[in-house]
Amino acid sequence: MRKINPARLPATTLHNITKTYGRGKSATHALNSINLDIRQGEVTSILGPNGAGKTTAIKLMLGLLQPTSGEVSLFGSKPHDPVARVRTGAMMQIAGLPDTLRVEELVRLFSSYYPAPLALDRILDIAGLWEVRSRVFGKLSGGQKQRVMFALAVCGDPDLLFLDEPTVGLDIETRRSFWAQIRRFIARGKTIILTTHYLEEADALSDRIVLIDKGEVKADGTPHEIKATTSTRCVSCITSIAAQTALEHPAVQDARVNRARLEIATSEAEAVVRHLLDLDPNLRDLEIVGAGIDEAFLQLTHDEAPNHSDLVS
Amino acid sequence: MTTAEAVTTVTPQRTTRNLPRIYALESFYELLKVVRLPTFILPTLLFPAMFYLLFGVSFGSGKTFGDTGVATYLLATYGAFGVIGAALFGFGVSCAIERGQGWTLLKQASPMPVSAYFVAKLLVSVLMSAIVIGILLILGLAFGDVAWQPGTLAKMTGVLMLGVIPFNAFGVLIGLGAGPNSAPAIANIIYLPMAFVSGLWMPIQALPSFLQQVAVTMPAYHYSQLALKVLDADAGGSTIIHLAYLGVFSVICFTIAIALWKRDEGKTFG
Ligand SMILES: Nc1ncnc2c1ncn2[C@@H]1O[C@H](COP(=O)(O)OP(=O)(O)OP(=O)(O)O)[C@@H](O)[C@H]1O
Ligand SMILES: [Mg+2]
Repeated sequence: MRKINPARLPATTLHNITKTYGRGKSATHALNSINLDIRQGEVTSILGPNGAGKTTAIKLMLGLLQPTSGEVSLFGSKPHDPVARVRTGAMMQIAGLPDTLRVEELVRLFSSYYPAPLALDRILDIAGLWEVRSRVFGKLSGGQKQRVMFALAVCGDPDLLFLDEPTVGLDIETRRSFWAQIRRFIARGKTIILTTHYLEEADALSDRIVLIDKGEVKADGTPHEIKATTSTRCVSCITSIAAQTALEHPAVQDARVNRARLEIATSEAEAVVRHLLDLDPNLRDLEIVGAGIDEAFLQLTHDEAPNHSDLVS
Repeated sequence: MTTAEAVTTVTPQRTTRNLPRIYALESFYELLKVVRLPTFILPTLLFPAMFYLLFGVSFGSGKTFGDTGVATYLLATYGAFGVIGAALFGFGVSCAIERGQGWTLLKQASPMPVSAYFVAKLLVSVLMSAIVIGILLILGLAFGDVAWQPGTLAKMTGVLMLGVIPFNAFGVLIGLGAGPNSAPAIANIIYLPMAFVSGLWMPIQALPSFLQQVAVTMPAYHYSQLALKVLDADAGGSTIIHLAYLGVFSVICFTIAIALWKRDEGKTFG
């Protein structure tokens, strides 16, 4: 296990940040007084549905946007401070590079911005760009372009790496090697802020998940803690009990038969199992699985979904 | 991955970064982009030369505007025309397009010193201006009846190059204020009428008097009058006024441009 020094400053913080785009009627409230401390040496995933405010949060930390109110700090300074900036690298969600520059030229240019960049060969290695190193950017495939952007983010060997949806459009092998690179970075004491819509990716990589929705932090904890927020578990077994019968138990939220197995969603698995065994002592192949990150995500972001029954009069 | 590698921690030996190298690389790659995709900048280099060949060297052969030969006169004004074009298109429009692509955003997100971005674009624009002036000089001296002493030649080149400052300031304004799709149109809508009214295509005295009054408000007018002063062919305005106008104009453009850069909420278009 890595040791995290609690005395260290947070890598970056958002303190009471509100960000509103535009004014008047067309105003969009992207973030509503959120607080966030990104601890050093951790991978923090910022999750949330489209438009939740993830990219906005990252742009604020990088000083690309001014908050409407609140304080942003980066390594204890203002985000514009060059001393703090040379310790960061970023992969932005939307970025087009000049089509006419070659991969190695782009990497060389971005490396020059940093006091102690990695060697060019090492960067090409990390990003898997050896074969296309002298190809111009415009002639790369989508996934290769994505790798170039990763290369530009890591070339300065930054202490804090911002990755806004880095694995969009990557094939499974590239994604795996990307994960391996992230782990290697972390092993060297670096800090990573990641956004992704691949929840299993966040689950596998993160020390911490911050879930935001409609500009507010909805949950914040380890992947395990996030998954635990949904107490619903799935009990399944092969049994003669009909779904209809199972549903009669008050703790059973949902029941159905799927490929000869009875599947039950419940937050009181023990009571339900006892009840099932009473009904059918011959029941076999019993399985209880905790809810995954997907369920937790959906539950946490749908809390405030409009309740349709209220609308029906 | 070896265990030894895994436990290596961040090496705290950070030298400061090499600023001259950043400026040099930034400028070099900026130039490389232009060289590799010349279709973008070529019109701004070739149009002044074409116009000059047509109206200055061929139609103007043997004719004069006042005491000055047409080819000589137009060499000064088309030179101004070329420098303005390089600034508005080479700097302004390319800046707007890169903002649209998200390339600017990625650079803003990196620790690149903001000045490096602008210095690089400015240097390329200076080079393009020098090329336009060079082409016109060669055409004028070789095919027109331009007979300048080295002193006049140097003075003219110097005065024309001064235009790089106000018009690149204006270029930045277009680059940061206009969207990537509208920037070329906006630049043309300003460039061509301003060139005409300011007397870059024909002497200001030949224009209707109301246009002459409009001309006095145009930066291109004051700029070209400075160039024509080298030939004693200007409309008689004061050098101080021309310089003061261009100075104030540059400061205003830069001030607005800085505000736009700060206000630009990392937007990308298309
Ligand atoms: N430049 C902008 N001008 C106006 N509104 C914006 C701008 N950028 C983002 N928004 C709005 O702010 C809100 C948050 O956007 P943001 O890009 O932070 O979302 P996100 O969480 O990154 O979403 P996604 O998962 O789709 O990338 C959205 O409603 C979006 O429409
Ligand atoms: Mg986003």
